[in-house]
Amino acid sequence: MITKEEVEHIAKLARLELTEKEIEKMQKDLSAILDYVNLLKKAPRAKEEHSNILKNVGMLDLDMMRKDEAVSQKREVVQKIIQASPDKKDDFIKVKSIL
Amino acid sequence: MDLTELTIKQAHEGLVQKKFSCKDLTLAYLENIKKLDGKINAYLTVTEYLALSQAEKVDEKIGRGEEIKMLEGIPCAIKDAIMVEGEKCTAASKILENYIAPYDATVIKKLKDLGVVILGKTNTDEFTMGSSTENSAFKITKNPHDLTRVAGGSSGGSAAAVSANMACFTLGSDTGGSIRQPASLCGVVGLCPTYGAVSRYGLIAHASSLDQIGPFAKTVEDAQIVLEAIAGRDEKDSTSKDYEFKKFDASLKGIKIGVPKEYFAKGIDPEVEKVIRSAIEKAKKAGAEIVEMSLPSSEYALACYYVIDPSEISANLARFDGIKYGLSEPSEKLLDVYLKSRGKGFGAEVKRRIMIGTYCLSSGYYDAYYKKAQEARELIRQDFEKAFKKVDLLFCPVSPFPAFKIGEKADNPLAMYLADIYTIPMKLAGLPGLSLPAGKIGSLPVGLQIIGNHFEENKILSVAQELEKVL
Repeated sequence: MITKEEVEHIAKLARLELTEKEIEKMQKDLSAILDYVNLLKKAPRAKEEHSNILKNVGMLDLDMMRKDEAVSQKREVVQKIIQASPDKKDDFIKVKSIL
Repeated sequence: MDLTELTIKQAHEGLVQKKFSCKDLTLAYLENIKKLDGKINAYLTVTEYLALSQAEKVDEKIGRGEEIKMLEGIPCAIKDAIMVEGEKCTAASKILENYIAPYDATVIKKLKDLGVVILGKTNTDEFTMGSSTENSAFKITKNPHDLTRVAGGSSGGSAAAVSANMACFTLGSDTGGSIRQPASLCGVVGLCPTYGAVSRYGLIAHASSLDQIGPFAKTVEDAQIVLEAIAGRDEKDSTSKDYEFKKFDASLKGIKIGVPKEYFAKGIDPEVEKVIRSAIEKAKKAGAEIVEMSLPSSEYALACYYVIDPSEISANLARFDGIKYGLSEPSEKLLDVYLKSRGKGFGAEVKRRIMIGTYCLSSGYYDAYYKKAQEARELIRQDFEKAFKKVDLLFCPVSPFPAFKIGEKADNPLAMYLADIYTIPMKLAGLPGLSLPAGKIGSLPVGLQIIGNHFEENKILSVAQELEKVL
């Protein structure tokens, strides 16, 4: 059974605030799911490299990659995106100070 | 004549021959929604204004004597995880309760360019995570065949809307079975295309190595019409492929159909097995060659999925931070904004999957879970690769049981996960699959799953269309 401390640690990593009741239920559910998932230990090892596996399922097709560059968007789309943020000023989304 | 019973093709012909106007057709659907959806709960938002203004444009065009395309003026509905510009897009989550889509998803842009009428946004499990729509933060969609039972999920609203004639066709999304399973439970045609066949730009991400958009329709032919309209390469989705649907006249006569024994193992409702076996028998009578076979790694598929899916979720849902969009709980410190917004905004199943994913990817567990799951995924993919060297298509059930009672599995996540045990393996291999109504147990529909090789939707659809006539 996953401990309360483990659940709290994972919740912090996941940036989730959980109530005491949720933590208790999470201990039970996570333990049951991870127990089931341990079935994977029985699976034979695949011969392929990890990167090949990703390629085989279509997740790592280097030809499909695009350049990582900023592309200008239409003014109206930009405004709608800013409009959708909870806290904004002029053309900016407001963020709390980090340091 | 009840206009809402028409297929896409029949409705199109009616419009062309001016038997009724697009406004008549649209109003007939809106009327049905008003009459039935109070009981069924398929819709989260009805976009009546948008629908009627789209219908008006089509009627003007017909009035001017211009030719209209097949989907022009056809009333449809869209899963509420796919963005329609200017309309709410909630993914059935409190965290996006008031979110207005700033742009159209690529599939919506394509449908709008073809002139469809959009009736509204349909219910789903929160962030498309679930098999019953019971995880929706807003409502539970009931099965039109039995209101005490679930419609399936996650695209339960889209399946129920077509089943109850509240839309001529709908779009859903499938990550582990979210199109095929509700299609099976609601008795409609549901197609999950090959991974990469349809752009996901504008679909709220669940698990990016699995997510795929596809249609629900009344007939196989209608599903094909919608697939043709939405498929293809999109520069905004780097995983989308240059794919053009090409019609293929496969016939049951002479086709090789594989029947994997692992999909009739313990856990299957004997009545479901009976319906599926009888469908296979009918295919055989029509001339198909039935090949009994084994896909031994299928055993690991569900476990594999419940590592990969939550892992990708934990990364994808990091964007819901109370800053960029959606619900924001005010707090002094930035970290507390994250913790509180996410703690309050996400429902139980979403939290559970974020937690499993974070656990599997956390320091010390990566090799044992995530890497191991990727290896199992490769074994599963190889099973199917071998199978498709011997056969053209695979036949199996979509779901081990028909629609279950509301509440029956709601508190037991593992029992709920088992609902997708027959739809997950092929999804891990990126294969296309279709649910075809094959029969009923009492009033409850049962779907036959037809799986094809990558980008061979044409073979699936062609055989399904032939089978549709004899089932």
